[in-house]
Amino acid sequence: MARVVVDVMLKSEILDPQGRAVQGALGRLGLAGVAQVRQGKQFVIDLEGELDDERWALLQRLAGELLSNPVIEDYRIHRVQDGA
Amino acid sequence: MTGSMRIGVVTFPGSLDDRDAARAVAIAGGEPVTLWHGQDDLHGVQAVVLPGGFSYGDYLRCGAISRFAPIMRSVVDHARHGLPVLGICNGFQILCESHLLPGALTRNASRHFVCRDQRLLIEDTTAAWTCAYQPGQQITVPLKNGEGCYVADDRTLDELEGSGRVIARYLQVNPNGSRRDIAGIRNERGNVVGLMPHPEHAVESLTGPGTDGLGFFTSVLQSLMDEARR
Repeated sequence: MARVVVDVMLKSEILDPQGRAVQGALGRLGLAGVAQVRQGKQFVIDLEGELDDERWALLQRLAGELLSNPVIEDYRIHRVQDGA
Repeated sequence: MTGSMRIGVVTFPGSLDDRDAARAVAIAGGEPVTLWHGQDDLHGVQAVVLPGGFSYGDYLRCGAISRFAPIMRSVVDHARHGLPVLGICNGFQILCESHLLPGALTRNASRHFVCRDQRLLIEDTTAAWTCAYQPGQQITVPLKNGEGCYVADDRTLDELEGSGRVIARYLQVNPNGSRRDIAGIRNERGNVVGLMPHPEHAVESLTGPGTDGLGFFTSVLQSLMDEARR
């Protein structure tokens, strides 16, 4: 088994209304001084067998084509050792 | 005119407004043709409407999964060769995800789903879907979206405005926080139009705020006839 994790965040210049709602809720629940909250997505992809170069290259491409929209989002992709 | 123009309306899993879009096509005088997302056959239609709704449940991002549906391969391919395509609401989101139109649609700045009769200013009437309107004409059509905030970088926005590619702007109220009050845009050629409000819900006075939306559908029939005469 191999595990690949892709983190997707809205670009900093894109308004994040969900993050803003969470920021408000944190304040109402007593957390003072929350300057900003940004909400993102995490994809945890478990693969059967070994992660060979071909699948890794395809995953890197799909992270930018399907899992994120480069117009509004940035992504980070990394493999996790031994799928733990 | 030899027979009526065949206008395809695509149904994705989760489409809501495909029936209304087909009805609007018929009221405008065209022949609506049902197209299914899972097939890549356009059945020889002369234009395509991507209707509103929540295709694939809006999972991942609105329109992100629909973009890879078999029908979209054909729509994108033919759109690049001039096929008129109108994306309404979710259809607009799909067109942006497909890179047929620049920018993206994100969650409304207000965080609320907005449903209202929306006043619009029609700015560009050179597109296949807007030629029945007058520049500067004001119309009212329903708007209903949760993720209708149009965003693009400043350079793209400047380019859209500089080349007359903003087809409609919100008047009185900006319902979703869209950059520069943009409600709809077109591609360079003018055959592809994306619009957040719903003209297909304003084609009969009995059920809509008026019939202001009909012009989008009569426009494409007119432009197809003009094309055929050339």
